[in-house]
Formats: sequence, structure tokens, C-alpha cells
Amino acid sequence: MKNRPAQNSISPWAVAFWLLVWQGASMLFAALWPNGHLLLASPVSAALRLGELACTAAFWRAVGGSIAHIFGGFLLGCVLAAALAVLSARWRLVRELLAPLTAAVKAVPVVSFIILALVWLDSRSLPLFISALMVFPPVYLNVLAGIAAADQKLLEMANVFRVPLGRRLTGIYLPAVLPYFRSAVSLALGLCWKAGAAAEVIGLPAGTIGERLYTAKVYFQTPDLFAWTAVVVAMSVLFEKLFLALVDALAGKAGL
Amino acid sequence: MELHVENLCKSYNGRLVLENVTFTAGPGVTCVMAPSGAGKTTLLRILMGLERPDSGSFTGNVRWAAVFQEDRLLEHLDAMENLRFVLGSALDESAANVLLTELGLGDTAGKPVREFSGGMKRRLALARALLAPSDALALDEPFTGLDEENRAWCQALIRRMAPGKPVLLVTHDPADVRDAALLRLPMS
Repeated sequence: MKNRPAQNSISPWAVAFWLLVWQGASMLFAALWPNGHLLLASPVSAALRLGELACTAAFWRAVGGSIAHIFGGFLLGCVLAAALAVLSARWRLVRELLAPLTAAVKAVPVVSFIILALVWLDSRSLPLFISALMVFPPVYLNVLAGIAAADQKLLEMANVFRVPLGRRLTGIYLPAVLPYFRSAVSLALGLCWKAGAAAEVIGLPAGTIGERLYTAKVYFQTPDLFAWTAVVVAMSVLFEKLFLALVDALAGKAGL
Repeated sequence: MELHVENLCKSYNGRLVLENVTFTAGPGVTCVMAPSGAGKTTLLRILMGLERPDSGSFTGNVRWAAVFQEDRLLEHLDAMENLRFVLGSALDESAANVLLTELGLGDTAGKPVREFSGGMKRRLALARALLAPSDALALDEPFTGLDEENRAWCQALIRRMAPGKPVLLVTHDPADVRDAALLRLPMS
């Protein structure tokens, strides 16, 4: 049977088409208005600007600062969500207690959390907190679903043979949870970078991508705006690929 | 040791499955025979502590090893890793290798159980039950899917490897009752 491309796969020709549309629109803006090139920078100018920025130490400091906040928040959210999912699977009371909280985090607009958190936290902690908050519902709910999907017959077998908890975790629960965790991580990392960058733009911690995005907006530097946006997208994709590769390597090592 | 069961009753949704089951099983094989749906598996599940009876009493605090109706193996692990999952540091690898070889599973190292045939899985489930430290064995149709030769071989192995232990063997085949005590469950 022929392998069909995935439903959501991105073809290079489609990317090229939209870049051409963007380039055309930018040229049209420049032709129609005196400062039209400021309204919509072209992909070429954004790429050139990205190249210039990448040659500066400040660029890498900003990227490193955002990675520390946003990916740190992601890891914190993952650990917290997984630990609470284990407790929820064990105790119904914890599950019932956390249900409204996860529903609220899912439903409330992220910007409301950002503004509220800005009252409580300093600007450096804000993206970390917001990233952790965005990661929490998908990871918590998926890990909980994975635990519930663990094979009850295998658990009975382990019970009869008096298999200790540690071996039950690695032999039965881990294989059940990993596919759920994988899909949660895939979703959460995207959310994390989007919400984390928004928190940086509002909180303006020094030496971050968000601060650079804000500066680009204030000074009408649209090529910079697109360049930094491309960096956020690239970071999101890169960290998703890296983290999923790590999860897959762990699964492969466990023979899953 | 001896297993004592007295007046055990169990019903599901008002349907009586076990009614006043009483027996004593000493060391050696006791075949449990009954028509389908007469509660053979339910009896084993109650004795192993997986279900509660409605009434009656039985010898408690027994360390069981079992072959379940389904193989209940970790499909992503190979034969030895499945044994290690249950036995942990108590696993004697050389003894396990001898038994696996006797059961025709000697050349399966590194091969995940998901790639085993039905008969191979059944033999591995039996090996797991025989190697696990236990006071008694509960074998629920352990010879399902085995050919005559393997069946006879496994029967001999059970008698050889479980001396001094009560072995409850659920079966439909009268040939399994040879040299064994027989417990017939009535259809409730």
C-alpha cells in the first residue's frame, strides 16, 4: 500500500506559495503608500534582519533568556501535572478537587492570567508561571487518562504475584501512559511558547524575545517583528521535535 | 499445605454462580471441572483475593501463583524480562533458562512476547507460575492452545515442579484428571 501524506502535513510548494503572496502584498503596500514597507515588511527583509540579529550576542542572550523561562515553565508544569495526575488516579477526592481548576485554566483567556499574575509576580517569573499553567491541563488530563487506560488484567496479575509498586510502574503504567504523555507534550509545547511569549511581551522581562517583540512594535520595526516571531515559531518546533525524540528514545529503550 | 473452602457463595446481579462450595485441596493437583459458566474462574478469583464472596470462608493469606484464562504477559518484553517482572531479584536466570528450554522457549531471547504464537505465550505463562515463589497454584485452563505433545509435557512439569503445593487446575478435558483429585462444581 502506498504511504499517503498525513492530513496536516505541510508541502514545500504551499509554503513557497504563501511566501510569494506575502512578498507580493508587501510590494503592493510599498507601492501604494509612502511608508508602506513599514506596514508589512517583506519576507526577504525579515530574513535579512534575522540574519543580522543572529550575528549579535544580544540575540542569543534573548533566545537563551526566553528558553530558560518558557522551557523551564514547561518542565515545571509537566512535573507538577504528572505528579498530581498520579495522586488523582489514586484518590478520587484529589481528582474532584482539581477538576474545576483544570476546567478554569482551559476556559479562562491566557491574557487574564497574565495580567493577574503580573500583580503577584515579578516580570521574570511571569513567563515561567504562565508556561507552567498552559502545560498543566493537557499533561494532567492525558496522564490521568493514560493511568486509567492501564491494563486492569495485568494489574490483577501483578497483584496476585505480589509484584512491587516500582516494577508495576515501569512494566504496566509507563507503557500505558507514554502515548498519552507524548500527545500531551506535542500540544503543550506549542501552547507554552505562544503563551510564554505573550507573557514576556506584557511583563517585559529584560533580555527576552518578548521584550524584543515589544521594542519592535514601539519603534515600528516590522522586519524585526517578523524576525523575532520566526524565532518563537522555530523554538517551538525545535523543542517539540527534541522533546518528542527524547520521549521516543526512552520508549524505545523500554522496548515499547 | 491444605486449602479449605467452606460454603462459598457468590452471585452476580441476583444470579447465583457459586452455591455452598465446600472442599479441601491437599498437596498435588486438584482438577476443577464444571460446565461453562458454572463459576470455575470465579472460584479461583475469590481464592486469589481478586473478588469477595457473598458468604463462606476459605484459607486466607496464601501466596498464589497463577495461569489466568488469558496469558496476561507484558507484550513488549521478552520471555526472561516477563519472568524478571514477576520475580525481580529472586529470579534464578539459569533455572529459568532450563525451564524455558524445556518448554521450547529457549531461543526467544530479545524477542518481544507480542511476536509469540498463542501456544508459546501459554507456555511462558505456565513457566512464570511455576517459577514464582508460591504456596499454591491456580491454573485456569493452562493447556489451551497446546498440542498433545506440549500438553503432556506441561502436565508432567506441573507435577514435577509443584510438589507439596495445592494446585487447582481448571479444565474441560477429562484426560487431565488422571492421577489427580477431582472437584466438580455443580451448575447453580
